[in-house]
Amino acid sequence: MRAGAKLGFFLLFAPLVLWLGLLIVIPHIDMFLVSIRERIGVAEYQTSLANYLTFFTEPLYLVTFLRTAMMSILATALTLVIGFPVSFYIAKIAKGRLQSALFLLTLVPFYVSELVRTFGWMILLRETGLFSTLLQWLGLADQPVEMLYNDVAMMVGLVYTSMLFMVVPLITTMESLDDSVIEAGYDLGGSGFSVMREIIIPHAMPGIVSGSIIVFMLSLGNYLTPTMLGGKDSLWFTELIYSQFIVRFNWELGAAFGFMLLFLSSLIVWGTLKLTGQTLEKTMG
Amino acid sequence: MTDPILESVSLSKRFGNFVAVDDVSFSVPEGSFFSILGPSGCGKTTIMRMIAGFLEPTSGDILIRGRSILDVPPNKRPVNMVFQHLALFPMMNIEGNIGYGLRRKGMEKAEIAARVGEVLERIGLPGIGKRKVDELSGGQKQRVAIARCMVMEPDVLLLDEPLGALDLKLREHMKIELKQLQSDFGTTFIYITHDQSEALVMSDQIAVMNQGRFEQIGSGRDLYYRPGTAFVAGFVGEANRWRGKVTRAQGGGLQLTTEAGLVITGADHGRGLRVGEEAEIFVRPEAIRIGHAVSDVAHFSNQMSGSVGSLLFNGAASRAMLRPAGGGDEIEVALPQSGEFSALKRGDEVHIGWEAEQANAFAYDPTAAAATAKASGTGGT
Repeated sequence: MRAGAKLGFFLLFAPLVLWLGLLIVIPHIDMFLVSIRERIGVAEYQTSLANYLTFFTEPLYLVTFLRTAMMSILATALTLVIGFPVSFYIAKIAKGRLQSALFLLTLVPFYVSELVRTFGWMILLRETGLFSTLLQWLGLADQPVEMLYNDVAMMVGLVYTSMLFMVVPLITTMESLDDSVIEAGYDLGGSGFSVMREIIIPHAMPGIVSGSIIVFMLSLGNYLTPTMLGGKDSLWFTELIYSQFIVRFNWELGAAFGFMLLFLSSLIVWGTLKLTGQTLEKTMG
Repeated sequence: MTDPILESVSLSKRFGNFVAVDDVSFSVPEGSFFSILGPSGCGKTTIMRMIAGFLEPTSGDILIRGRSILDVPPNKRPVNMVFQHLALFPMMNIEGNIGYGLRRKGMEKAEIAARVGEVLERIGLPGIGKRKVDELSGGQKQRVAIARCMVMEPDVLLLDEPLGALDLKLREHMKIELKQLQSDFGTTFIYITHDQSEALVMSDQIAVMNQGRFEQIGSGRDLYYRPGTAFVAGFVGEANRWRGKVTRAQGGGLQLTTEAGLVITGADHGRGLRVGEEAEIFVRPEAIRIGHAVSDVAHFSNQMSGSVGSLLFNGAASRAMLRPAGGGDEIEVALPQSGEFSALKRGDEVHIGWEAEQANAFAYDPTAAAATAKASGTGGT
């Protein structure tokens, strides 16, 4: 009986261990090993930190790196600002069928792939697209307007792609807030603003933090949206990694970039948790 | 008599076609403990939410100290509410909870701390200010929820079945404590409950509510001994009931013959029942005297004999269910405290009797009968 229980335990654990081991731990170890070797001749390598040194000495890499981080933070903040009222409405104001219908509506766009959704934006924003034609028809523009290939278009795409991952944790945490607690806030003299600040936001904090972490990581690691909607100046760090691996065939530098990105996202997530006084268990549990 | 602090004038609330509160008027004197007692779904919570400002009445008015408060938003009303599940703010400590309202008033920090300390002292929990909400026991949370409102010095404190979540023993204890707190603070309490013993023990005045209407307003004693309607007679306290036709009526006294042919004398206390009318008679278990011999009950105007069907031992509130010799429903009889009947067992022959004065007769009202049957089935806590 005990042996059977043990076997069951291993069988249940095996997929998780395989998944973590094969797809995450082993590739990362290999990547790390690749990142710390330097090519000195044909098929000749030595261990050094030269790749990391290249990263810090080449301004384009460093600037793109910091820019990607800042833009991801901005995308996260925008997603939060837009997603919070939406989630509040769905969780606390809408009732019954309207509530489930609205929740479903936030999910529906994610039934199609990210690629198709991004093409949707291209159809709307391109020179011969819907918005451009509409502006001309209204007489607000006298020639086609190109709205693609800039930071704003990219930001729109990033926020849109991430919205669901902010809204779901926010709705879940806000639904767990008893309506009478909000009413008690008003009953004791609170205004809409103070109830929001002292009761609703503190209660939703775990959801805000976990949603922000997910959205931030997704934006930071996004490749498709910046590539398709961003312009020449909107270089994303993932594009650099891609070009090192695929275009330049410089796996060593690409691996070092990959590790810098991992380090950066871990650092920012850790910093956010410390700053908001949340723990990973509390936000993800 | 002081002027009423709170008045409700023909208050009504409709949700679509459903009338939740139907033309309810009452007034509450300052400093009193006023309860609204009724089965679940009778509209009592709707009244309370209208007073607190979370619902707008369809018609009618609510006045506090003679002034209408309908245009005042909930956060500006001189009324505070203790919610059913207390609704303490889990994101704040006890101090934060109690001080919340004062902070909203823009009071100085030192002043808030002093007031919070003072009110914690009064509820007998000094020094718990820094604790978290979930570190407190049920009874402590209860007191903190009341303190959080009392610190605001409201004109009226509303309590929405606040004892519902507590276990029986604590509930009994909190009943006494709530009454104590109310007389200490001297604040007017409006208390909503479906539990008659809570209402009877604590209240100065009780309004019994059913299907959106007030059936009767009075002291606990009035409601118990002089119920105004059949619903009140059936809902407040326990009662044996018989339904039948009035076969004789003179000067308040009357005689009722049930379908089974049982003849019972009762009193209509001025309700003017006439011969031939269908009526119901309510007799409280403790109004019935039990005896071993016919002579023990010979002086009562109603007499019956029967055998003990079952015994419900419950300490001081022990009951015997009697099967009448002439057939019909079992009759619930309170057993005297003297221990005289402690040896009673199933199947024993006994004689019972009660005064016509103790048998309250009402015209039969099928809707009220259905409501009490439902209420006593569900509200048996």
